[in-house]
Amino acid sequence: MIPAAESLPGRSKLAIRGLSMTFRGELDDVRVLEDLALDVREGEFVCILGPSGCGKSTLLNIVAGFLPPTAGSVRIDGEEVRGPDPRRIFVFQERGVFPWLTVEGNIGFGLGRLSRTERERRVAHYVQLVGLKGFEKAYPHELSGGMKQRAEVARALAVDPDMLYLDEPFGALDSITRLVMRGELLRIWQTEKKTILFVTHDIEESVQLADRVVVLSARPARIRRIVEIELPHPRDLSSRRYLELRDGIFEEIGLAHRI
Amino acid sequence: MSEKRSFRPRTRLASRFLPFAGLAALLLLWDLAIRLSLAPLLPGPLAVFRAIGELAQKGFLVKHVVASLFRVTWGYLLAVAIGVPLGILLAWYRRGGLAFAPIVEMVRPISALAWIPLAILWFGVGDLSSVFIIFIASVLPLAVSAMSAVGNVSSIHWNAGRNFGLAPRQIARRVLLPAILPRLLVGLRLALGIAWLVVVAAEMIAVNSGLGFLIIDARNAGNRYDLVVAGMVLIGTIGVVLDAVMRRIERLPGLRWGYASAAAEEAA
Repeated sequence: MIPAAESLPGRSKLAIRGLSMTFRGELDDVRVLEDLALDVREGEFVCILGPSGCGKSTLLNIVAGFLPPTAGSVRIDGEEVRGPDPRRIFVFQERGVFPWLTVEGNIGFGLGRLSRTERERRVAHYVQLVGLKGFEKAYPHELSGGMKQRAEVARALAVDPDMLYLDEPFGALDSITRLVMRGELLRIWQTEKKTILFVTHDIEESVQLADRVVVLSARPARIRRIVEIELPHPRDLSSRRYLELRDGIFEEIGLAHRI
Repeated sequence: MSEKRSFRPRTRLASRFLPFAGLAALLLLWDLAIRLSLAPLLPGPLAVFRAIGELAQKGFLVKHVVASLFRVTWGYLLAVAIGVPLGILLAWYRRGGLAFAPIVEMVRPISALAWIPLAILWFGVGDLSSVFIIFIASVLPLAVSAMSAVGNVSSIHWNAGRNFGLAPRQIARRVLLPAILPRLLVGLRLALGIAWLVVVAAEMIAVNSGLGFLIIDARNAGNRYDLVVAGMVLIGTIGVVLDAVMRRIERLPGLRWGYASAAAEEAA
């Protein structure tokens, strides 16, 4: 067994070992992920950062159980992941909400097993939490991108999962909405105490949100570096330390910090 | 904003009014052409209206319309009952779809008319043969549209359904069905149009009622071209009504998103 990247305080939630993924193509096999190892603590907010097409979404899909890996293992609470599980909800880009259901219907989607009153109580709670009060009966096509994204986050939270997987969830939003949504996600993370894996290609976003940023290389993706972001929330985006961390990652990826 | 406000009602009024204006202009031109012509090749609109009145008075109007609707309803419902599940299954089991595709492509260009001799051989002369012709004309388009509707369900929605711990049957009911409904309804509407289109051909098989029969019979029994055109007008009118009803259904809440996403796709 490959040793964990480092010994961490806090209970380990997710353990990835020797993870590789190769897609069989008609002409060539495409190696997407190569020998990844990563540990995530319970309650931790981890960003997976990499250039477009590096395979970070593939990694998240494997961790979520949608794709079986070619080699290696993903364990959560010591248990091998063999398929998707309602204890760990994947949040897609805004297209993940069901367009045929209202906001209410979407948020209650995973609550089929609860009694009607309990379901209504929970839906109301999460409508409130994500700030969609007054839009319960609206269909997604009547909402803005940011509101759709809130509905999807609420749908995920409503089933009270231990983990959230977010795949570039704010990528399609305008920059102002994106900032607001980041703030709200942090607020929710702090109150609901979930373990979060957040995939992004946005360096700033990762440094604003994460406890740790896992920097991936271009394809086939390997872990280049794991950057600890020890800044307390709320983070001052003009503080020296923030800029240092951000620029460090810019350099790591090999980008000149000038345009 | 204010510009938009002053602009909108006018276009809405225009969109209500113009189709009727077009129809009125056609009737006017038609009437004028008949009056000016020395040897008219067509009965005029007034003669056709009188013919429809005559049919109504003798009770034939309701009889023929009901007979045609009856055959189309049965042929079409049968085609829906078989074509839609078939299409869904073939899309669900990809290999089945691959095996089935060439058959569809070969059978599709064969006009429903070509099936008439076989229909008579199998079902004799009568209602059953007419229903079969309508069925055969609409079943393949329905299967194809159901297949493509399933193929267009986003993998994101599948995965979201699986993520919330739904069993395959629940996924079929709570994700697949609602996801395909808008596209499927468009397919249902087009297929209903086809079913209605072949009603004349289907009623050429010696049945003794229906709008198709009316048209053939009016010509055979005394060259009553006013009745021929009356039959044509009735078929066209009922076709418009059927189409309008189906479009109404497509716009129900919970289905309307199909329009929204189609518009978004077009804009992108």
